[in-house]
Amino acid sequence: MAIQIPQTETTPAEAFDLSARFPGAVVADGRPGYSGWIVNKDSLIEVATFLRDEMSYDLLSSVTGVDYLPEEKMEVVYQAYKTTGGPGIFFKVQVPRVDPIEVPSVIHIWSGADLQEREIWDLYGIKFTGHPDLRRILTWEGFAGHPMRKDWQEGFYEEDTKPFKSRWPEGKFVSSEEKNPFSDNLKFPDKFDPERWTPTDPEEALYASLKKAVTKNEEGLETEQIIVNMGPQHPSTHGVFRAVVVLDGETVTSLKPVMGYLHRNHEKIGERNTFLQNMPYTDRLDYFNSMSNNWGYALAVEKLMGIEVAERAEYIRVIMAELSRIQNHLIWVGMMLNDLGTYFTPALYAFEERELILDVFEAASGSRMMCNYYRFGGVVRDVPAEAFEKIKGLVYDRLPGKIEEFERFLSENEVLLSRLVGVGYLSTEDAIATSTTGPVLRASGVPYDIRRADPYGIYDRFDFDVVTRPESDMYARYVVRIEEMRQSLRILEQAIKGIPEGPVLSAKPVYQVRVPAGEAYGRIESPKGELGFYVISNGKPNPWRYHVRAPSFINLTALELMCVGNKVADFVAILGAIDIVLGELDR
Amino acid sequence: MYGKGILKGLGVTWKRYWNTYIEDLAWFFRRLTGGQKRYYTPEGVARRTSPDTRGIFTIQYPEEKLPTPEEFRYIPFLVYDETETDEKAVRCTSCGICAKVCPPQCIWIVRTNDPKTGKPVPVPAEFYIDADICMNCGYCAEYCPFDAIKMDHDYEIASYDRNVLNMQDLLKSADYYASIRPENATREDEARRAKEAAKAAKAAAA
Repeated sequence: MAIQIPQTETTPAEAFDLSARFPGAVVADGRPGYSGWIVNKDSLIEVATFLRDEMSYDLLSSVTGVDYLPEEKMEVVYQAYKTTGGPGIFFKVQVPRVDPIEVPSVIHIWSGADLQEREIWDLYGIKFTGHPDLRRILTWEGFAGHPMRKDWQEGFYEEDTKPFKSRWPEGKFVSSEEKNPFSDNLKFPDKFDPERWTPTDPEEALYASLKKAVTKNEEGLETEQIIVNMGPQHPSTHGVFRAVVVLDGETVTSLKPVMGYLHRNHEKIGERNTFLQNMPYTDRLDYFNSMSNNWGYALAVEKLMGIEVAERAEYIRVIMAELSRIQNHLIWVGMMLNDLGTYFTPALYAFEERELILDVFEAASGSRMMCNYYRFGGVVRDVPAEAFEKIKGLVYDRLPGKIEEFERFLSENEVLLSRLVGVGYLSTEDAIATSTTGPVLRASGVPYDIRRADPYGIYDRFDFDVVTRPESDMYARYVVRIEEMRQSLRILEQAIKGIPEGPVLSAKPVYQVRVPAGEAYGRIESPKGELGFYVISNGKPNPWRYHVRAPSFINLTALELMCVGNKVADFVAILGAIDIVLGELDR
Repeated sequence: MYGKGILKGLGVTWKRYWNTYIEDLAWFFRRLTGGQKRYYTPEGVARRTSPDTRGIFTIQYPEEKLPTPEEFRYIPFLVYDETETDEKAVRCTSCGICAKVCPPQCIWIVRTNDPKTGKPVPVPAEFYIDADICMNCGYCAEYCPFDAIKMDHDYEIASYDRNVLNMQDLLKSADYYASIRPENATREDEARRAKEAAKAAKAAAA
């Protein structure tokens, strides 16, 4: 079941000279603090094909835009990795900041770029030529402008960067609602009247992007396929998520996810914040796993700052992240079973263990879900002694038995098997091409776990197996998660045994950290997949760019592939098996 | 045999069902021997939040409440010391660090200026916290150099109105602080006293 893969190869990404292979088209990124390559716009497809086919960078982890307003440039940053492990490669395309800004789409090389390129078009206004369905994704169809551009200002705009000067020393309190009454804080495009707007027009593009056909049976009777909107208010969608499904009878023939109902422009807020202020905001992404989210962000900023993490804090980080993985997977099992119709019995069994883990988080960090526990260089405070005893009690005595109990409870249940086995198939090739990560990718037979493939923190010291299953169906996703909880317990046992005494913060706590200019990408194996933070600093107190590579969001690229051919009732389960959280999906 | 898996699973629910009664029986004997009760008692809540818990798991809120750990944080308050003349000595010096570090920027501070010289006086004239915006991150308490702003334990603050807290609402005594966070308060008091002693020693030497 579990495959032991060797430690990662040590060849650095820069071992080969891409600029020598493509003279004139590629140059090394020489800006201080930056790495990777700058690719000529016209050679992008050629270079990307070379990287995928000859250098085996088969997993396009993240695509994102950066607005260099002072230099009058827009940049698209690509991060590609090998599923066999090792460091990745950064390459960038720079275009002048004059509309229309156009960059060729890489969707035909890595289809995982689909939703991400749409996001860049939505937020930055960069057109991807060759993208088959370039519509807005996070903001709504009538939205004016592209909100992540540096010259775009929101309705409640006060200043470019925090701290706002009005707060001290003449803090005259004004409620923001008084300053910006509702309806004045919205902007519409020219000739757009919200009173007369009917939702038919923009929806047409969405419905047109679906494959719809008229089929005939043997007697020549025509069957028209129908469109069904699942959500945004639907109990199966784990929040305000909507999927437009085309049905032939009961069978799904085409599907498009529609999202952004919970969009709050997390990244724009992140660029207004100082580096430290972003930490509690990361809690609100995947609110089940604030401990892991903190880690990803801390990792990126620590890379930029070039600081070491205190030894004891490294162990505490591992303990907290693995506990949060266990409670995430437990709750996933519970909620998945809810989606299948076993109303709340497994979910409440899972909640019991989760509450006990949250008690530990609360004792250590002060909050059950919005932990805000990690700091640059360590964690905010040590775990209290009683909480540590509770962790030991959970890890050694309670959780192994409870995971066993879940297996007895569910794993052989014939009803469950008939719903999960062979349903929601995602082939290995498709899983890699669509940039899925985490349990979804591992259940498609790819032993890719960032804790092993590109170790961060102190994961290289622990002995654990990367769990994979070759079946690529929903049952495989279930088994992978159950088995991953056992591996997490293995890591926890080693971490509890090995934790040294000492300080938990390597630097003096300061409220204004100094971050040298440069770029950094911190990525961790969050319970849902690869969670990455791409942070650019220009030496000022606030990040110039703060991008979240959200696993819930990018894993949805594969949703249509998994659903087509299955029944509409299975869509609910397939979506559940991906494990999405809307706070992270919509950001 | 088809259905074996279902039966196995039902065995788990069956066991869980009986666990409640087994636990009841255990508490019955505990009550006979030591007078301990399962519900509405601290020992009952402690048992249900320990890793050994089984059977009924829920807390009967609001009759029972989960104990808040020392580090629990919810909405900041300002600490004052009581002087010998029964006045409130506010620890805050209106340095503005909490307002600057606050991620959602929900703290407004008006600094006092001496009416004669116009120079700032280390006491806040006004202090507002918009509790509707506060995200309970605890940064203000964490980075305050004077132990003047601390996070509260009172989470039952639901109301029909907006909660903009001013100085009167925010001020709470150092005794209250020591009652909700005994370990932190002792540690900070010791550190402050050591600092003052060092200062006094330095002044005496000079």
